[in-house]
Amino acid sequence: MNATRLIATFVRTFPGGPEIGVENLCLGDGVTVLFGASGSGKSTILRCLAGLDLPSRGQIQFAGSAWFDAARRFSLPARRRDVGYVPQNYALFPHLTVAGNVGYGLFALPAGDKAARVAETLGWLGLTDLAARLPHMLSGGQQQRVALARAVVRRPQLLLLDEPFAALDTPTRWHLRGELRHWLRHLAIPTVLVTHDRFEALALGDTVVVMQAGRNVQQGVVHEVFSRPVNRAVAELTAIETILPGRVRELRDGLAVVAVGGQNLVALPVAGLATAGEVYVCIRAEDVILTRDGPGAVTASARNRLAVTVQSLQREGPQVRVNLEGAFPLTALLTQAACAELALHPGDSLMALVKTPQVHLIPWSG
Amino acid sequence: MSGAEWQLIGFSLRMALASLLLVLPPGLALAWWLAKYNWRGKTFVETLVTLPLVLPPVVTGLVLLELFGRHGPIGGWLHRAFGLEVVFTWRAVVLALAAMSLPLLVRAARTAFAEVDTQYEQLARTLGAGEWRIFFTITLPLARRGVVAGILLAFARSLGEFGATIMVAGNIPGQTMTLPLAIYQAVQADDDAHAWLLAGVSVIIAFTAVLASEQLQGRRA
Repeated sequence: MNATRLIATFVRTFPGGPEIGVENLCLGDGVTVLFGASGSGKSTILRCLAGLDLPSRGQIQFAGSAWFDAARRFSLPARRRDVGYVPQNYALFPHLTVAGNVGYGLFALPAGDKAARVAETLGWLGLTDLAARLPHMLSGGQQQRVALARAVVRRPQLLLLDEPFAALDTPTRWHLRGELRHWLRHLAIPTVLVTHDRFEALALGDTVVVMQAGRNVQQGVVHEVFSRPVNRAVAELTAIETILPGRVRELRDGLAVVAVGGQNLVALPVAGLATAGEVYVCIRAEDVILTRDGPGAVTASARNRLAVTVQSLQREGPQVRVNLEGAFPLTALLTQAACAELALHPGDSLMALVKTPQVHLIPWSG
Repeated sequence: MSGAEWQLIGFSLRMALASLLLVLPPGLALAWWLAKYNWRGKTFVETLVTLPLVLPPVVTGLVLLELFGRHGPIGGWLHRAFGLEVVFTWRAVVLALAAMSLPLLVRAARTAFAEVDTQYEQLARTLGAGEWRIFFTITLPLARRGVVAGILLAFARSLGEFGATIMVAGNIPGQTMTLPLAIYQAVQADDDAHAWLLAGVSVIIAFTAVLASEQLQGRRA
């Protein structure tokens, strides 16, 4: 973990509504993902960090100086916090061109320097040809880039992105996720990114802060938090039981072969995948099929067949969670009836099957 | 038309323009203050500003006469401090027109400012902009349609004002007589031709103003 930039403990109360807050929220360099379901208070936290909303009590410190302190009735105005803020719908100024939007915050610079800085940022984000356009003439992806350009052109100390893909359709979202990761790496500005999408969190985050019912409940390296949720609610939120670091071995015949813990898995390739590239391999427990057949006797359509040993069984309502160990740890979710039929007991050896499309790959190395 | 008629038209336009310039800064400031903030006494101030819209104009004129007369609290002070005469001079015309047109400007601009999505202003704040900069670069440009409509209404109201003007400025030819007052006087003097001519001029001016504004709005849309 790197140096802590921001430390915050605060609560924002809404009259007759929920209490939203964080306790000992620590942000370092890199991208911190604020992850949680809709209504868990992520956007409110972000607005409080930006200075656009005031907590009811608590404090926020950034790089050693106070941004907010309820006890002293002090709040550093948003315009002095030097943050880059990208709201969900981007809020591009509708009456200004792309260049006008991007240059808006550079009013303190001489005209020549300002134009140069705008041109540089537009060029970097591939927006040069759009400089004279008005926001309503842009696609969703282009609007996202303009909003990002406007937020980073002042070289802020902290970048705040609120659901940067919420306004985009799904194919665009998948495509732009890789781009955004690349840009954030290149910028190297401490970033807080709000999302409710677990794959987005994995793809973009260095660390994750899980928000639940208006509180931060868990914080850590993304794949560790997702693999080891502190409680049931977080587990349900992340809903990916198996997350493993892997490496792409080859891309061939429209399939990707990924090495995970000495075992090869076959998956469908995704955008941004490269041979020898690092990936997260995600397998949801309900997608794991268990069979008593021996390794030689399996006849199944599933491409991925893993020899596993049952470690433990946990009842979860009508289902049973089966923790398995093989080349890597794996979790399966079975109905009680299926579990009884297989007569599962800890120590049993069996085969786990996973179909190719259910091995989700998330490219990691930028 | 005679030179006297041209002079009358020019005078009326100048008075309306002057009253507009007088009410514009405080009117827009007040509209912004009403639209963006909640403060104690806000409803009272709103009511006070709207009053000239619903009161008989003659009553507004009477109040102005009391306030700005040489023995009134404001008029007395202006006379002592600057030697300024207000009542029954062109200044009283501007004052009457300003009082009567302020509510229209404030109400239209207030609505326009309130309709500007606060997220733009908030975003500008995160980009380091102060409130003045935000007003002139974000709020005002985004509210321009409503504000222009308000300015136009105020201007048209000024050109047609009668009751308050005659109370506080009288009807002195060449000094305080505006178009509506001249029309009234012409009718009184049984000079219908003259009255109709001036009425026609009023219609043309109003029509031109509205048309110009419509075109301005249309081009920007």
